[in-house]
Amino acid sequence: MTDVAVIGFAQAPTVRHGEGTTSGVEMLVPIFAEVLRSTGLAKGDVGFWCSGSSDYLAGRAFSFVQAVDAIGAFPPIMESHVEMDGAWALYEAWVKILTGEADVALAYGFGKSSAGQLRRVLALQLDPYLLAPLWPDSVSIAALQARLGIEAGAWTEAQMAEVAVRSRAAAVANPRAQLSGEVSAEKLLGQPYVADPLRAHDCAPVGDGAAAVILASAPRARELCPRPAWITGFEHRIDSASLGARDLTTAPSAAAAALAAGVRGRAGREEGPPAGGRGGSGSGGPGVDVAELHAPFTHQEILLRGALGLGDDVRVNPSGGALCGNPMFAAGLARIGSAAQEIMSGRADRALGHATSGPALQQNLVCVLEAR
Amino acid sequence: MTTGAKQRAAVLGVGQTRHRSRRTDVSIAGLCREAVDRALADALGAVGKPLLRVHTAGSVGGATGLVATSLVQAGVHRRVLAVAFEKQSESNAMWALSITPPFSMPVLAGAGGYFAPHIRAYIRRSGAPGHIGAMVAVKDRRNGSRNPYAHLQQADITLESVLASPMLWDPVRYDETCPSSDGACAVIIGDQAAAEAAQAGGRPVAWIRATAMRTEPTMFAGKDHVNPRAGADAAAALWRQAGITDPLEQIDVAEIYVPFSWFEPMWLENLGFAAEGQGWRLTEAGETEIGGRLPVNPSGGVLSSNPIGASGLLRFAEAALQVMGKAGAHQVPGAAVALGHAYGGGSQYFSMWVVAATPE
Repeated sequence: MTDVAVIGFAQAPTVRHGEGTTSGVEMLVPIFAEVLRSTGLAKGDVGFWCSGSSDYLAGRAFSFVQAVDAIGAFPPIMESHVEMDGAWALYEAWVKILTGEADVALAYGFGKSSAGQLRRVLALQLDPYLLAPLWPDSVSIAALQARLGIEAGAWTEAQMAEVAVRSRAAAVANPRAQLSGEVSAEKLLGQPYVADPLRAHDCAPVGDGAAAVILASAPRARELCPRPAWITGFEHRIDSASLGARDLTTAPSAAAAALAAGVRGRAGREEGPPAGGRGGSGSGGPGVDVAELHAPFTHQEILLRGALGLGDDVRVNPSGGALCGNPMFAAGLARIGSAAQEIMSGRADRALGHATSGPALQQNLVCVLEAR
Repeated sequence: MTTGAKQRAAVLGVGQTRHRSRRTDVSIAGLCREAVDRALADALGAVGKPLLRVHTAGSVGGATGLVATSLVQAGVHRRVLAVAFEKQSESNAMWALSITPPFSMPVLAGAGGYFAPHIRAYIRRSGAPGHIGAMVAVKDRRNGSRNPYAHLQQADITLESVLASPMLWDPVRYDETCPSSDGACAVIIGDQAAAEAAQAGGRPVAWIRATAMRTEPTMFAGKDHVNPRAGADAAAALWRQAGITDPLEQIDVAEIYVPFSWFEPMWLENLGFAAEGQGWRLTEAGETEIGGRLPVNPSGGVLSSNPIGASGLLRFAEAALQVMGKAGAHQVPGAAVALGHAYGGGSQYFSMWVVAATPE
């Protein structure tokens, strides 16, 4: 696989009610400056820009056209946009570098969830004919998934609370997190249900935010970053849009993406390198030290650990994860950025960043990174 | 695989719907399925596969074709399906674009209201005679009547009838405006091995010789809305990559995104087919008709069918059909090198490709 590395990451503080407009510009300008400064690059050094956002949050058509104002795109730039989490914008940027058309690329994602009622806005991502007219909100759909898992014996409410406790404690060290602190599972389990069996601590907080990640090809990455996070596997897959056609206690798209990206599953630990999968970018290698999972609900972290085959020795979400800050269309990208940060800082040699999109983990992306 | 070793890519198949005002018989998914079925022998679902949703406003179809091309050129995939669609009958694009978000200049009355002042500026700057827009409309609608997939079928349209149609956004008349369509387009892009296998089986392909994308802000002091630099830069990069030094001579046919008639001469200049202020002369001399020096939009273009999300990919697909020799009654004889072009936003996103009958 071509050598491409993450060399910079910045994210805006995730806040419940941001001051800025839905264009994202007020959140993006400071983090562009921060991430460029960290690499010593200037705006003109970026050969390709790619963003992820959604018009549905802004409540208007083509809201992303104004995000370009945060770049100052004149002279004109090579640029693209996905109506997805910024993690997929990063994927498009990675592909662009692989074609040789750019050697440095910047991907960003942003979302101002406070502009509307997020639970209702997310109902609009469902099948427009049969499901969306019923307005099943995002928390209720996640609750159905959580209930199915409890009944199947895949997780318990107590295990879910432990995920929240660990996440909030980890987020104390993350100044960009929206929630953090030391809490006990007993106390959390004494709280009322938001959507049975989910309590408030099981659901990511609603917040506004943005993230930016810089990628570079091999020679540039070594020049610009003392310890680049090299991408060894980058894969994404999608499951059916029809909730009724899925077993919601599993995420086949997450497992398939992980396999193709070369994540060693539990079985792989004893049996050698995993199959790369047809067309897989992953190069195998040892298991990961740390994983940043985009799990907006506590039970989804447990589900994803299983689907990705992560053992108990893998540190999960040292940033606090999406449960402590879930800016829509940026939180997945921030997971990859946070995973890369673990490597760039020297805290890990091999890391996994994950992003999800759609209801109940419909679409999943896995990016495996390593130090060299 | 190493960085910079760009793989060859080619269009293997193209499908589209018969574009209509209202397709109440199918869902959005059903509409896409029709286009995909026409592009593939056996249609495939996306479950279990990677799916990426590109969105760059009106240029989205073009941008989607280019991202699909990049996936092949990068060596990530061997075959990629690009699908673009719009079901305007389930929404209202004109008024969706006419809301007044805070801190933004209102568009007022749809895309036509936004672009009409730019067209007036073009007419003033170039000194173009007033009937040029109507000439484009007559040509594109007559071309559309040779394309069974085109929404509007107006073989009998005349310059007089266009000039007599109601003025919507001065100087854009009703007959000089794109329709609201339901429709979809699908394009399959494959790598060199897949393309050579298709050719060996007697199925023509369209080799992708060059691609370009450029973006600039919607509005800024000094923006030239008539001749945006992002479009000119993208075209210059495209011609350089394709080894084209004289586009008017070396391009056999062009599918250009012309939602309002006057954008034909404007984009002919922006793309470098004519010097600034001279594009309308090609139109007036009939050079953009089938049989002229540079046939533009032989499919009927956006003026004959406008499922917005698909319109850009339709331009790319129609360019491919021309060099594959599969354009039927609107085929430009002997077309070997073709341009597909799309733009979006406030003339700020540009995507384009050059396809050809041979890889080099």
